[in-house]
Amino acid sequence: MSAALELAGAVVRRGPRTVLADVSLSVEPGEMLGLVGPNGAGKTTLLRAALGLQPLAAGEARLAGRPLAALSEPARAALAGYLPQERRVAWNMPARDIAALGAVGLAPREGQKLAEACLAELEIGDLAGRGVLDMSGGERARVLLARLLATRAPLLIADEPAAGLDPEAQLLILERLQARAAAGAAVVVTSHDLALVARTCDRLAVLCEGRLCALAPPREALSAQILAEVFALDGALVETPAGLTLAARRLATN
Amino acid sequence: MRLLLVLALLLAAALCLSVAFGETGLTLGQYASAFADPASPAATILFAIRAPRAAAAALVGGALGVAGAVMQGLLRNPLAEPGVLGVSAWSGCAAALAIALGLGAIPGVIEGSALAGALAAGAVVAALAARFREPEMLVLFGVALAALGGAMTALIFNLSPSPVTLAEINAWLQGSVANRAWGDLGLALIPMAAGAALCAYAARALRMLTLGEEAAQLSGLPMASLRVAALAGAALLTGASVAVAGVIGFVGLAAPHLVRGSVSDDPARTLAPSAFAGAILLVLADLVARVIPTEEELRLGVVTALFGAPLFALVAWRAARSWRA
Repeated sequence: MSAALELAGAVVRRGPRTVLADVSLSVEPGEMLGLVGPNGAGKTTLLRAALGLQPLAAGEARLAGRPLAALSEPARAALAGYLPQERRVAWNMPARDIAALGAVGLAPREGQKLAEACLAELEIGDLAGRGVLDMSGGERARVLLARLLATRAPLLIADEPAAGLDPEAQLLILERLQARAAAGAAVVVTSHDLALVARTCDRLAVLCEGRLCALAPPREALSAQILAEVFALDGALVETPAGLTLAARRLATN
Repeated sequence: MRLLLVLALLLAAALCLSVAFGETGLTLGQYASAFADPASPAATILFAIRAPRAAAAALVGGALGVAGAVMQGLLRNPLAEPGVLGVSAWSGCAAALAIALGLGAIPGVIEGSALAGALAAGAVVAALAARFREPEMLVLFGVALAALGGAMTALIFNLSPSPVTLAEINAWLQGSVANRAWGDLGLALIPMAAGAALCAYAARALRMLTLGEEAAQLSGLPMASLRVAALAGAALLTGASVAVAGVIGFVGLAAPHLVRGSVSDDPARTLAPSAFAGAILLVLADLVARVIPTEEELRLGVVTALFGAPLFALVAWRAARSWRA
């Protein structure tokens, strides 16, 4: 069975700058991959390149073994769902209608039903009829994630799905994505919360300045050396009864 | 469906009012004679002067309402309308050029120029839209395009030899549906129908764009072609409107906002009710323009701008809410 997502020697240039340098990685069905790295490391660029939203200067991106260039728009949508970091919604549509935008290919009534199920899965089923602009930021983030879940795509890509949410909501969102991976989907999430992704992801990909510095299970990927070199942190992942957590202090820079 | 029915009834009522009332007061007996004798002076006033005028207002208002709704959805911007993207400005400019060149007397030339101007501006906007996906960029280009169109029109004014030409251009730019004949409308119906069909085809793209460009691009819809269809449709509707009535602002802005709440803010479902709302607004605005007793009849474009500009400010005020969120 081919990987849900595969990047081979992917290079992205923006003007004279190389924002993604020879990145190769693959995500298998049933796997949850966390993509981490400092600001500007190229996380979003990597996701956009993997989805064909960002042209590659070299290398190739494949979805389910098929080169992106060979995929029609509907075929690509059937293979990958994407939750962008941008959470601005233009119109005050009800949560149900927004989530149903993910349910491509379903009759309107079935789409609404699926949307409601996805909202309920994220514990905001009671807000189905509320306008998304009348919601808090956290509620809207969940509605947008429900839209991603409603795509039922075999590859779910979420850019910073947990940013700005309260701790309980962050865990809920990552757990729901974990559940999708357990059900057979390939999941890719980016986050700045190293402990959160270390706790929930099977593997972590660490990006620094456009390069892939580590690609391994969380404890290996976030070794003391990587924490120091990439994140300028002096510390380590620590096992607790609730899962991995990060204990670290800022590395003195002088 | 119920909303459309209600709006259709309101439009019918507005049309009846518009045909029944006007500058010339008619007695009950004269109304009766109009129906009894098609050759009577009252019949001429009602059916040959007022009815095509009201129909023109309805058509133009409907077209502008849809064009506005499409542009707002496409740009994800509640302040968008044909004027914002420069489509109206270039349409008006092309018509002004035709008048200045003395081609106004040839039937259909001004109208054709207006349509060509709108399509040219629409093509430029479509090319820019393919290159720059960010709606903010498109609005900025639109502002530049509109300013350039305005400047070109000013230049035509500047270089125009005769005051008669100037007055003619001015009248065109202020917008009016006075003295329209049924034949004028028939011709405009073709581009309007084509534009409406394109807009209906592109409606689902507008709904998906609610989530932003990237989410829409990965939704499985052929966004590039739908975007071009939406822009071409809006340009056709705008150009045909300018061809019939000159430049009329703010209807395209106001109509979608009046109905948006009734369709759960869904940009795709906003199109059809916006057509009715725009038609009702313009028929009533034209009625106001006629019945207000002024020495010179008020120009329709002036009336819509007087009502529309404050509305524009109000919409901006309310839009600030979603931008803060």
